[in-house]
Amino acid sequence: MSELLKKEIKKRDRAKMLNVGFDVEEKQRSASYTLLNDQEIGPRTSSRAIELLSIGRALEKYPEFMKKFLWKLVKGNKDEYTQSVVNARPVGYFIRVKPGHKAILPLQSCFYIKAERFKQEVHNLIVMEEGSSLNVINGCASADYVNAGVHIGVTEIYIKKNAYLSYTMIHDWSEEVEVRPRTGIFVDDHATFVSNYISIKGSKITQSYPTCHLKGKDSSGVFNSLIYAPENSVYDIGARVILDGRDSRAEVVSRSISGGGQVIARGELIGNKKSIRAHLECSGMLLNNKGSITAIPILEAHHPEVDMSHEASVGKIAEEEIYYLMSRGISEEEAISLIVRGFLDTKILGLPPAIEKEVEKTINMLDHSF
Amino acid sequence: MPILEIRNLFIEVEGKPILKGINLTVAEGETIILFGPNGVGKSSLFMAIMGFPKYKIKKGQIIFKGTDITHLPASDRARMGIGMSFQRPPSIKGIKLNGLSEIINSDKDNGDRIDYYSKMLKLDQHLKRDINLGFSGGEVKRSEIFQLLLQNPLLSLIDEPESGVDVENISILGKAIKRLLHKEDRLTKRRNSGIIITHTGLILNYLNADMGYMLIDGCLTCSGNAREIFELIQKQGYRECQNCLKKK
Repeated sequence: MSELLKKEIKKRDRAKMLNVGFDVEEKQRSASYTLLNDQEIGPRTSSRAIELLSIGRALEKYPEFMKKFLWKLVKGNKDEYTQSVVNARPVGYFIRVKPGHKAILPLQSCFYIKAERFKQEVHNLIVMEEGSSLNVINGCASADYVNAGVHIGVTEIYIKKNAYLSYTMIHDWSEEVEVRPRTGIFVDDHATFVSNYISIKGSKITQSYPTCHLKGKDSSGVFNSLIYAPENSVYDIGARVILDGRDSRAEVVSRSISGGGQVIARGELIGNKKSIRAHLECSGMLLNNKGSITAIPILEAHHPEVDMSHEASVGKIAEEEIYYLMSRGISEEEAISLIVRGFLDTKILGLPPAIEKEVEKTINMLDHSF
Repeated sequence: MPILEIRNLFIEVEGKPILKGINLTVAEGETIILFGPNGVGKSSLFMAIMGFPKYKIKKGQIIFKGTDITHLPASDRARMGIGMSFQRPPSIKGIKLNGLSEIINSDKDNGDRIDYYSKMLKLDQHLKRDINLGFSGGEVKRSEIFQLLLQNPLLSLIDEPESGVDVENISILGKAIKRLLHKEDRLTKRRNSGIIITHTGLILNYLNADMGYMLIDGCLTCSGNAREIFELIQKQGYRECQNCLKKK
């Protein structure tokens, strides 16, 4: 497998992929899927319990099964971007984890744009069967020699009873790339979905607002994001969680820093059933006066016995903290970088070690951003 | 050569004059106590010596080890040998006490110092926590003195080490400050100096000061034996000091 990836992926692209957690050597990975522009490599898996196919192959193999799941959580006519995926030749992955299988090593995927002005249109489907468990790491990037492009990714995720999916996305796009993920998630009884989004390089615009349906009782959904918006970048991101299952829980945590870019941090929690608990937390830090951060939290309750809360704070980096560190002999630049890194603390994500390492590597690259 | 020399220092905070012509000299190995009512600018004097831009120096000079540091950034002053224990330090999310300790200790060749001093100040369990986040009053003070011990500055500015601290913690802090200021060494061997702000005077039960100064209305009005000044304040309160000042 590694041999195939090494043959197909040029050296100059490998480093960039490694930055977003995709390892051509496939160390500590259970399976890999790669999309270079619209060319799919692999997909293959080292575990019989994890089925990984290109979506085109899955459509041939399981036409009836696919019909049951595709375009149910994300509507094809939702907007012009989903419509363009409807009309395109299907590329993307199909992942199914067999009932009861708990994968230890993460599955990795990479969506890579390596041609100028390429429009990448992707449709992914994940089905976690009952009692299964998986960590997915998605690296999305464009080559250094690419300036502009478009990435549209429709992803539908079904998590059946007692199953668990942690879904980590690391993005590293070029300045003029437009990024429009469209994601829908269905979570059944006692099942859990965890989403982690990490992006520190910016893009022309990244706009994402997944909807998570916590249908099952005692189901839970967690959305974490760590963002650094450099100058000339726009992030309009957040999550909507609909709590339809009794005792279901949701948490949306966003930490964003504007180094001159624009951030809109959204969050929407809709509580429909008894004994649900939901919390929204949004903290923003502005490093200069070129950028902006807007926090838009929405809480909506339809049952008297819900426990829903939100906390939002936006402000400039605390001078008091900078000077405190300076009084210990740390230079101003180093103090700022320490505070920023601390603010984007990867520990809050509760990641498995293999993925934590990748995310930390990404955040460490911030040191060169000031 | 004195370690610190403050010449005719005028300080403003957000346009408001706070200190009006401070003159103060601290000799090598000397410990002095700064007294004064609340809000007279004792902490502001520390902030100005440490080099925080909010405390604007309008006039005068700060000389450290013969070098004019009036316009140097705080980090340079810290590297030259000035350290400060804050009265109310900020808490910083995501930066562990251990991480900061390692940075402070990185220019010392002995890595065991963190282990040793953290145990001395009963902070070994706090090392993996975010700096000051959720620390009690006593834990904050211990953490400040712990960081100063790691820094081992020639001049320590210690702002109210005992406020909000219970008796047991005061004893730990007293011993640690004694160590910090080389109080266990013979006079001729004592290198580290300190200025301590105290309200309760409790710290004087743990270490001897060489001198005491009274700061009132932005001026150093009186100096002498620290214990005597403190006893006077206990007996008469600061009002008597203000009356005395008017007579002058």
